[in-house]
Amino acid sequence: MADRKLRIATCSLAGCFGCHMSLLDIDERILELAQHITFDRTPLNDVKKIGPCDVGIVEGGVCNAENVHVLKAFRRNCRILVAVGACALTGGVPAMRNNVDLWDCFQEVYQYGGGIEDGQVPNDPELPLPFDKVHPVHEVVRVDLSLPGCPPPADLFWKVLTDLVAGRTPTFDRTLVHYD
Amino acid sequence: MSGRTFTLDGQPVPFTEGETVMEAALAAGVYIPHLCYRPGYGHHGSCKVCTVAIDGHNAASCTTRAREGMAVETATPELADMRRALVEMLFVEGNHTCPACEKSGECELQAVAYHIGMAAPRFDFFFPARDLDASHPDVILDRNRCILCELCVRASRDVDGKNVFAIGGRGIRARLIVNAASGRLGDTDLAKDDAAVRVCPVGAILRKGDAYTKPVGQRTFDLRPIAAVAIEEARRERERRRG
Repeated sequence: MADRKLRIATCSLAGCFGCHMSLLDIDERILELAQHITFDRTPLNDVKKIGPCDVGIVEGGVCNAENVHVLKAFRRNCRILVAVGACALTGGVPAMRNNVDLWDCFQEVYQYGGGIEDGQVPNDPELPLPFDKVHPVHEVVRVDLSLPGCPPPADLFWKVLTDLVAGRTPTFDRTLVHYD
Repeated sequence: MSGRTFTLDGQPVPFTEGETVMEAALAAGVYIPHLCYRPGYGHHGSCKVCTVAIDGHNAASCTTRAREGMAVETATPELADMRRALVEMLFVEGNHTCPACEKSGECELQAVAYHIGMAAPRFDFFFPARDLDASHPDVILDRNRCILCELCVRASRDVDGKNVFAIGGRGIRARLIVNAASGRLGDTDLAKDDAAVRVCPVGAILRKGDAYTKPVGQRTFDLRPIAAVAIEEARRERERRRG
């Protein structure tokens, strides 16, 4: 069993993919990691549907109905759910719209913002239903581990993933913790 | 050699008559996490982050006078849990968006949260609607980040002699108010060099034009943890008082 690769899924909800970029910032260590892990659904391989996994890594907060479906699928399928980054942990910068009326926000972005001509608020039925507030991940599902940072440093991803690969409970010291 | 002492986690700590547990601990080089206490300012005892167990009973160390022979505990798992819960509640009660805050790296709420090992608040976020007052030419007041520590109230009243700030309202409606009929900071006699501006432990009262002048990695709490900064600050205040 020790040789079995750890199966990992990742997603970005209301995030900027900065956390995913920070994960990739482990640089050449990714070659070593690749010997011990395999990716399930992740934007890195463009697989859209999640299957049973050991670890789910969730970036971003919850800003629309699709985010909830993805997040709940992650929780159902992942033994260990890891929330990463300020947006997943606190709502982050997207949650700064939480005290702005949603319609005012849309109009500012799509109709009245600088450089827009004949702007319209998108209303395609395929677009996910936006929520009036952006929520952190832990308000929707149980989270097993939180990695703070905007983004969490590459060394924090490395420490936690190598702990998980080795079957240890992940720990990290204060020097790897920054909320910004 | 006949000085008075109490014990702090079993170690003897000397004190002089009238000193608080917090003051004696800092003088002995022991950091007790705190937010509303600041050396040189009147004691307030509102944040409760500095709560310690004194002979088995919890009390705020910043408002409790040291007594001969008292047994004080601070580094217990129970107190650590309680402090973490208190700080997490402060984070969810306001709008503390560290990645978008000019005070990040200089913020004591953030630094205390690092010290007590908070990865993320466990509670649901309030996302309260709070005002931002940019009416003053040199100072901005962002109530989203205010933790109601009253340090600015004390600084303005006791150091600046101006009484610019007060806390108005009760409970969840409590908020920082300013001493002007209009309610606007720009209509007060606050000046950018006032102690009330400098003393804010969070990003609620900020000087305009000072944001992001220190690069990430060079900010106060990038370089040193808050424990070292607070012990140093207390030492400077003791030297200032001795003259």
